[in-house]
Amino acid sequence: MTYIAKPRISHPSLPKNELGLTTRDYEGAVSTLCAGCGHDSVTAALIQAVFELGIEPHMLAKISGIGCSSKTPAYFVSQAHGFNSVHGRMPSVTTGANAANRDMTYIGVSGDGDSLSIGVGQFVHAIRRNLNMCYLIENNGVYGLTKGQFSASADIGSKPKKGLPNQQEPIDPASAALALGATYIARSFSGDKEQLVPLIKGAIMHSGFSLVDVISPCVTFNDHEGSTKSYAHTREFYNHVANIDYIHPSEEIKASYQAGDAMPIHLHGGDTIVLRKLDRAYDPTSRAQAFKLLRERFNAGEITTGLLYVNENRAEMHELMHNIDTPLSQLPYEGLQPGNDELRKLQGRYR
Amino acid sequence: MKPTDTSNPEYFHKVVDCQWGCPAHTDVPSYIRMIAQGRFSDAYMENRKSNVFPGILGRVCDRPCEPACRRGRVEDKPVAICRLKRVAADHRDDITDRLPKAPTRTNGKKVALLGAGCASLAVANDLAPIGYEITIFEALGTTGGLMRTNIPTFRLPPDVLDEEIGYILDMGVDLKLNHRIDSMKALLDEGFDAVFVGTGAPKGKNLEIPGRYDSDRIHIGIEWLESVAFEHIKKIGKKVLIIGVGNTAMDCCRTSLRLGAEDVKVMARKPRGFFKASEWELEDAEEENVEILVNHSPKEFVYKAGKLVGMKFDLMEYNIDADGRIDRGTSTGEVVIPCDDVVLAIGQDNAFPWIERDLGIEFDKWDCPVVDETTMMCTRDGIFFGGDSAFGPKNIIWAVEHGHQAAISIHKYCQGEDLHDRLPAGLNLSSQKMGMHEWSYSNDYDAITRQLMPHVGLKERFKKLNIEVELGFTAEQAVEEVERCLNCDIQTVFTEKLCIECDACVDICPVSCLTITANGEEDDIRSRLKAPALNPEQALFVSGALPHTARIMAKDEDLCVHCGLCAERCPTGAWDMQKSTILIPYAADEAASGQPQTATGQAK
Repeated sequence: MTYIAKPRISHPSLPKNELGLTTRDYEGAVSTLCAGCGHDSVTAALIQAVFELGIEPHMLAKISGIGCSSKTPAYFVSQAHGFNSVHGRMPSVTTGANAANRDMTYIGVSGDGDSLSIGVGQFVHAIRRNLNMCYLIENNGVYGLTKGQFSASADIGSKPKKGLPNQQEPIDPASAALALGATYIARSFSGDKEQLVPLIKGAIMHSGFSLVDVISPCVTFNDHEGSTKSYAHTREFYNHVANIDYIHPSEEIKASYQAGDAMPIHLHGGDTIVLRKLDRAYDPTSRAQAFKLLRERFNAGEITTGLLYVNENRAEMHELMHNIDTPLSQLPYEGLQPGNDELRKLQGRYR
Repeated sequence: MKPTDTSNPEYFHKVVDCQWGCPAHTDVPSYIRMIAQGRFSDAYMENRKSNVFPGILGRVCDRPCEPACRRGRVEDKPVAICRLKRVAADHRDDITDRLPKAPTRTNGKKVALLGAGCASLAVANDLAPIGYEITIFEALGTTGGLMRTNIPTFRLPPDVLDEEIGYILDMGVDLKLNHRIDSMKALLDEGFDAVFVGTGAPKGKNLEIPGRYDSDRIHIGIEWLESVAFEHIKKIGKKVLIIGVGNTAMDCCRTSLRLGAEDVKVMARKPRGFFKASEWELEDAEEENVEILVNHSPKEFVYKAGKLVGMKFDLMEYNIDADGRIDRGTSTGEVVIPCDDVVLAIGQDNAFPWIERDLGIEFDKWDCPVVDETTMMCTRDGIFFGGDSAFGPKNIIWAVEHGHQAAISIHKYCQGEDLHDRLPAGLNLSSQKMGMHEWSYSNDYDAITRQLMPHVGLKERFKKLNIEVELGFTAEQAVEEVERCLNCDIQTVFTEKLCIECDACVDICPVSCLTITANGEEDDIRSRLKAPALNPEQALFVSGALPHTARIMAKDEDLCVHCGLCAERCPTGAWDMQKSTILIPYAADEAASGQPQTATGQAK
């Protein structure tokens, strides 16, 4: 951590977005995480993504659970709404918030411990409901806040700083989400903002549940030789499958994409993402291919990154429930609470 | 790009904009920190090492450091470097014990210095302590040259001059006042081992327009100021026109106000922005209600019954092109402005009527001597020039630097060494890390604005000619102003082999000056940084290939506020904050590096 606050001066040639804001306007408090923590890079990528999308801070909600990762919401967009919830309960709180106001952007930041152990049930059901949110996992394979015990995402054979290598099967959040029917599944690395920022932008604009699993090394407890989630290991076994470019509705899709390499995917809100496939044969809209790829590459010890799977055809939570377009939070009290007479009538129908 | 060679002292020196911008390379951040710590005498000595006259320069320096100051790019106003120098001078204790002293025995070499101005005094300051026998010849009855004759006493009190010049004369310098040299040839016959000419640019430029010689109320600026300084002139008419808008013009108009003038107009040929005067000198004059009229080109002097009553001007109109260049302009009409006196302050020329032209001293087409810019030696061996007499009118701080360089050359010449084989500048780097989040300097950015110099009231100051207008910063103001210094000499030093490319430094930098990116050509890299590097004057640091991805770390030096956050957030210590000390060699260093110069071995 750092003692002095980041000075409020900035570079005059810093780009401005359509709201006239710079990245500095999307910052939060100075991080109290360890110097060099991958999570801080993820924070910077989040700032860059919401800045580029021109999201109005008051239309953004940041929700988290417990862990190093879950401190992240404090470090970006100070003016946005935030909720630091109970361990593993970020998805429930997000579900409630989203149910009340479907117009806002929801970014849930969680960790491998928060999502894959204590909160795994919550994680699973948020996917099942296709909750419209960006679910970001800062995945470092250890419980950093309690000094580095293995988490559920630790790979077999990965060495801890002290003690014996992990022998238990890891839970891969991407594979799990694919199995559960998530509609946007991406993986990236905190040290690769060029790939990560567009993936976060796509995840925010995707209608439905988007998972961004970010390998985010724990610089204090899991960045040594023998660790499979260190900076060095991740860079060595890093494998781009399909990167994306996010295209704002006002931009034209550039002609430079070669057929077969690039695949435009139109999002519900009118935005487009263009997939840039590094493996020509790969089709990220095919769930079966995604399964095969993830398994094969995992067995080869590779870290598959990019947009792994996307499905724009499934309805998100509000659509599944046939809710009205107006956010419930904006309805008059009478509209939300029909009163005793209406309730009796309704009950009467079931007598 | 090739990795930046930070072992070359020039790289880090250039990052310290103020020190780089100062002709004498005063270590500004170091002395400002000393002031912050209340070490005024240390700060004074640090200044004296390079600029010799901290008390004088703290009042009247041309301050090339301030336009260069990084703070001026990060915000609007630079650090008040010059006036902080005065704080050190004002609050110092008696430092006479700390001054260099002449050795008990000289080395037998005799050096003649012509003119007792800043250039000659700087030479004496460097050579007397290493054993040279110095004789200064001065035409006037006092020392200081233009510092005394041309700078009014309300800006520079005589006792400040006397004290700082005294420090040098007390090193055993033989001062011959009222001793004008009329013949270089005769001087050379006196057997000096070397001669230094520091006689300034003593000839004020004239304005040859109709009516110039029909009145004794038309004065040449620098001569008039000298007459005022020596109290030969004690009053001036009610209405005064100053022709020209340089710093001398500012001194002339403000002096006029103190000699009884009530309506003083400064007549400028060109529009604002093309004035030669420093911005702060213009401000000080305008504070005293001096009117500056732009676009007035002098045409003729106007007389009534043989008496000067005014001046006729062409009203000018100019075109300024996209690059900011101004054309010669066209006249759109005429105007007569009434006046009682006119002071011409349109520049100065060199004049060497006393140097015979058959001595092997070459002169160029402007009648200036041909002088080597490194060695300060002219085309005749053993004769050196410095200050305004070398390359025409500059300023005090340049004269001091010329003096330092000439002193090195004179030493080498007298010792039979190659004048061009000079000691190079050196560089020391030392880490300033004191603990996890502790640095030896005040690294937190202080958003406070520049302190305003307190002045004597507008009525009070005109009562006497010699009331110093600037009061100097109060203790409270000095405490605030020192915190505005960005400590640019505390360098960000990068060790690429330690970098794990976690981006922590890139993300924390408040001014977005760091980027990890693919290597390329400089223009290309500059364009794809986190914030494009648009100031080509400022260096781009580029590391070697980083261990993990072979990308490079790029740093745009332009707006770095040296807050140290990159180093604090670095998990591996790849970034460190290290103080750079630029080691500038002086004549004493040259003497120490060679053979012992005197029987007593006094070299430093």
